[in-house]
Amino acid sequence: MSKVVGIDVGGTFTDLMLVDEASGKVQVTKVPTTPENQAFGVINALEATKVPLSELASIVHGTTATTNALLERKISKVGLITTKGFRDVLELGRRTRPNAYGMTGTFRPLIPRDLRMEVDERIDADGGVVTPLDEKAVTEAAKVLMAKGCEALVIHFFNAYINTAHEDRAVEVAAKVWPNAYITSGTSVLPQFREYERGVTAAVNASIRPVLDRYIKRLREELASRGYTHDLLVMQGNGGTVSSSIVADLAAHTVLSGPASGVKAAAYTSSIAGFPNVVTYDMGGTSTDVALIRDGVPQVTAEFELEYAMPVHVPMVDIHTIGSGGGSLAYIDEAGILQVGPQSAGAKPGPICYGRGGQRPTITDANLVLGRLNAKKLLAVDSPVSVEGVAGIIEKEIGSKLGMSAVEAASAIVRIANDKMAGALRMVSLSRGQDPRDFALFAFGGAGPLHAVALARELAIPKVLVPVRPGITSALGCIVADVRHDYVRTVNKPVAVADVKQAGEILKAQREEGRRTIESENIPIEEIVYIHAADMQFQGQSHVLTVPLAGPEVTREGLQEAFEKVYFSRFEVRLPEIRAMLVNLRTAAIGKRKMVSLKALVDTAAHGKTLKDAHTETRKVWFDGGWHDTPVYFRDRLPAKAKFPGPAIIEQLDTTTIVEPDNTVEMDDYGNLIVTVPHRQGA
Amino acid sequence: MSKNIDPVTLAVIQNGLIQVCNEMDMAFERSAFSPVISEAYDRSDGIYHRDNGELIAQGDLGLPIFMGTMQYGTAEVIKRAKNVKPGDVYIANDPYLGGTHLMDVRFYRPFFYKGELYCWLANTGHWRDTGGAVPGGFSAHATDVEMEGLRLPPVKLIKEGVVDEEILAIVMSNIRTANETLGDVRAQAAALSIGEKRLTALMDRYGRDTVENSIDELKRRAAQQMRAKIAGIPDGSYEGESALDSDGIVNEPLRIKMKIRIEGGEMHVDMSESSPPCMGPLNSVIATTRSAVFIAMKHIFPDVPLNAGTFEPIHITDPEGTFLYAKYPRPVSGCAAEVSQRICEAVFVTLAKVIPDKLFAAPAGTSGNFALGGFDPVRNRNYVMYIFSGGGYGGWHDGDGISNGCSTIGISKTQPLEVMEQFYPVLFEEYSLREGSGGEGKYRGGFGVNYRVKIRRGRALASFVMDHGRVGPAGVQGGADGGPNRIMVRRTGEPDYILPHFSKDQGLHVTEGDTVHVSTPGGGGYGKAFERDPAAVGRDVSFGYYTAEEAAKRFGVAVDSKNFAVDAKATQELRRRTA
Repeated sequence: MSKVVGIDVGGTFTDLMLVDEASGKVQVTKVPTTPENQAFGVINALEATKVPLSELASIVHGTTATTNALLERKISKVGLITTKGFRDVLELGRRTRPNAYGMTGTFRPLIPRDLRMEVDERIDADGGVVTPLDEKAVTEAAKVLMAKGCEALVIHFFNAYINTAHEDRAVEVAAKVWPNAYITSGTSVLPQFREYERGVTAAVNASIRPVLDRYIKRLREELASRGYTHDLLVMQGNGGTVSSSIVADLAAHTVLSGPASGVKAAAYTSSIAGFPNVVTYDMGGTSTDVALIRDGVPQVTAEFELEYAMPVHVPMVDIHTIGSGGGSLAYIDEAGILQVGPQSAGAKPGPICYGRGGQRPTITDANLVLGRLNAKKLLAVDSPVSVEGVAGIIEKEIGSKLGMSAVEAASAIVRIANDKMAGALRMVSLSRGQDPRDFALFAFGGAGPLHAVALARELAIPKVLVPVRPGITSALGCIVADVRHDYVRTVNKPVAVADVKQAGEILKAQREEGRRTIESENIPIEEIVYIHAADMQFQGQSHVLTVPLAGPEVTREGLQEAFEKVYFSRFEVRLPEIRAMLVNLRTAAIGKRKMVSLKALVDTAAHGKTLKDAHTETRKVWFDGGWHDTPVYFRDRLPAKAKFPGPAIIEQLDTTTIVEPDNTVEMDDYGNLIVTVPHRQGA
Repeated sequence: MSKNIDPVTLAVIQNGLIQVCNEMDMAFERSAFSPVISEAYDRSDGIYHRDNGELIAQGDLGLPIFMGTMQYGTAEVIKRAKNVKPGDVYIANDPYLGGTHLMDVRFYRPFFYKGELYCWLANTGHWRDTGGAVPGGFSAHATDVEMEGLRLPPVKLIKEGVVDEEILAIVMSNIRTANETLGDVRAQAAALSIGEKRLTALMDRYGRDTVENSIDELKRRAAQQMRAKIAGIPDGSYEGESALDSDGIVNEPLRIKMKIRIEGGEMHVDMSESSPPCMGPLNSVIATTRSAVFIAMKHIFPDVPLNAGTFEPIHITDPEGTFLYAKYPRPVSGCAAEVSQRICEAVFVTLAKVIPDKLFAAPAGTSGNFALGGFDPVRNRNYVMYIFSGGGYGGWHDGDGISNGCSTIGISKTQPLEVMEQFYPVLFEEYSLREGSGGEGKYRGGFGVNYRVKIRRGRALASFVMDHGRVGPAGVQGGADGGPNRIMVRRTGEPDYILPHFSKDQGLHVTEGDTVHVSTPGGGGYGKAFERDPAAVGRDVSFGYYTAEEAAKRFGVAVDSKNFAVDAKATQELRRRTA
């Protein structure tokens, strides 16, 4: 009984990884995702392992069910009961437009106007009652919304973050008539100020809660009927897991579940490999996800926006999406300048080389022409297109307009794409107060390892790490993720006058709540650790900085000092004359699950004895303005502790790793490829 | 020489220059104190030419109005700067020297590369206050610039990296909220030094000559691209008009007469028949007037890059003798926030006649500035609260207008009301969508906002600088105008006070229990209302956007007021009869 399973449901494939801790064996399966009900794909993936479910000790599931439901608006009908005068807050937003330039675009609120009701009640900014709650009106509003067919209900009151009494009472009152448990109060999901962000986060939660609840219930039943006797765990966006028995209550926490598990796996893998600080770089077909990991811990944010004007402000792994992927289109703009993306050829028609009718050059096509991708092994090719054919289109669409050959044009496309991704990656790290040079680059996703060393060179990042199985990182993330619950409470007082004793008590109470929740989930864990932090700012600012706290005991001086240190490292400014504010207190309670050995991921039996055993061919690859005879290796056959200089191409089923001429690559004990990238000025 | 740059380097340097500006923007915004900068992004950072101040690059998310103005401001600094040294920073807010209003304070830092002046880095940030008659600077009754606040010509505030504490003391002694502004000064200057580091790295990597050649080439290419866009507009002369409610002093509309002549990829803009200079603060300085035209074109063609070349094919005749070319000492506080938006609107409605498939009806087009300055007896302190409200955008060629969009010349978010209530002794009683305010059309305008705020304690003075109160934002292609702006002040025991100038007033005494009611404009409609899909009208009624009566009258659609079903036959009849 030591078999653990991680299952990640992606857009195209459902990936499963099974680790047998006793024998050290790992099994991987990949089946098509079943979009209409992801549970079928999950079951198919499990059946493909041929291991009886009764033998499994745990199943951890990463899902895109809630994210997709939101993006496609396949959500439950939700009603809102709110403070009189404020029913349109969710539609009016914060006075914005979708783009800085251009006065067009559309916005659709999650809860339409006819399902938003108001009741008499009002609490002021100090928590005092201005207008008492009209309980009868709450009952009436709930009945009206039920009659209109609402399945879920949001109760969101103005200023409730400072005093939840009215909101709590309204939930009790509504629960008496509401036919199910799907009632979400604003502060139960996000007990923080900002009425729009709190309201939308609650609406997000309510609109996916029934969807997730039904999905998980069905899946639990399916699993049980097949003999699975343990709890199903679900990945949350914060990179931790939660018992499926309570996951739906805070469904908003599962937004970004899939990408978060990828980052979690990256944190785990890179820490073991000796790189606790990494930038994750997950490049797929249409976009690229980037996140920061410090000291082995994925950085978490509470300011995520899923799409225009849809903030989901619960703690989530701080993943930033860049609009560059293998399918990004290259074109010459009206000024005659080569541009790459953000428009993408998508899955259909896709890149030219996929043979699905694509006629416009993409990054993937350029990589093919440069010899970086293996024409013979291209995945997902419907009707093959020759390299010459692709080159011809690149020459016609790009080269001829710039006075370049096809190869030069392809090289230019890759260069521009890398340049843009590097810029975006820099902005991501800088906006989080970090210098990318202090990190290693962790490359995964189908296209990440193709571009990683070039990006590293651009950003002066010295090392690139490519894990054993870059294509199924998220499934691994499910296996290695800990149980995690996050808590936040708004204080919003100057440090000089804040009640630090009370602050300590808040943190201790959050710890206690975390401990109780984890214990109630009954998931086998080894220990519980707590991470404390304070959101702080200088009085009068509107952005906050999250300052790590060593423990729940806080002192005035300690807070002030920690904040000033973090502030200076971020902005290089000291502001001694301005008061520091303690805005929020945060605690993450983490139930550490048993470590899984990564060595199991490597199939040592397949290893070659020498590098020659892994060598499959030598082909011409374009680097630095010329063709280089470049050896191509099959990754699984690389010998243990292999170490060799570039140029080289390392191919495996789910990705291709590029090693440039002045790089050195070595395989560590865990099977990771570590590429050393010298910093070249003026490259 | 520009021929020699390879296309890859050109694209890389284009991105690199923007990246330098983006990093300055981010540093400024994240560390600023003024909520107008940190929440409302009322700031911009850029790189400017050493000889003439021309725009070389600007960040992706700089405030639109500053994209054009800062090059004029830089040119004025270059004319005046003496003995420029590395580490110097000039401060200026003089509107007549390439500025906007006094609250937009500009910092300029010469950038030296290997000991030689190469270009200027500059930024603008909207300060909370720069002195003057009313807190926040938007005095609706100012009749000269001195009443609007402290005016700084270009002055060297930082000398070789050392702040001139005496100059700083003068500035700080003449403004309200000096403490917090001190933080903004640091943030604003720090952003420029971050820019210096990044630009140095770029120059080191590619070499001075390559960067120089690329900048020239990028300018040429941007001009080429803008010419291509303008060439897509049929040659000819076109006219349009927009009007401001009044100047706040004399209760008459101020008209902008827009004449646009398109000829072979060049665009000639003539506004010289607009109203003469006005007594109140609704004059526009020339930098702002020009910039407004550029913004309008960038909104119409959002994909053109931003540098001096972009503006090259746009020829604006100096509107001498009009309120769009303000000279000292004309008051100008409304120019960036309001006049610029009317200029944009005049461009929009003029070109909507010619290239309707690229355009949209007029947006609310006002920054909706309400300032409340008073004393909070419980906290024993003075305060200044601003609300900048949004309004409806115009319907466009493929959809309805957005509700509660930000100003045309800004990209700013509003402050959360919960934050306002924390800081100021007020209570919001309502914040709602303004029903019926979207101008009808095939694609209707977006809706404005109603808000009602009560003073909870102490005494205060209320000031308003808004617009579009006399007439709503214009519809195009047969669409109707959006609902006009409305303001009302309700004081205990007095009749409701409606602003005589519709949208502008200042120094209105309010006290505990009094309420201020504001309804912001809806957007104009696009196309004929009777061509709107009846099902869409039915949905609008079910959402309460319009009443069933309005649906019949304004859209010619018969909607059941109870179940919101559309009666197709009755609709046909309505539309036939009224058409």
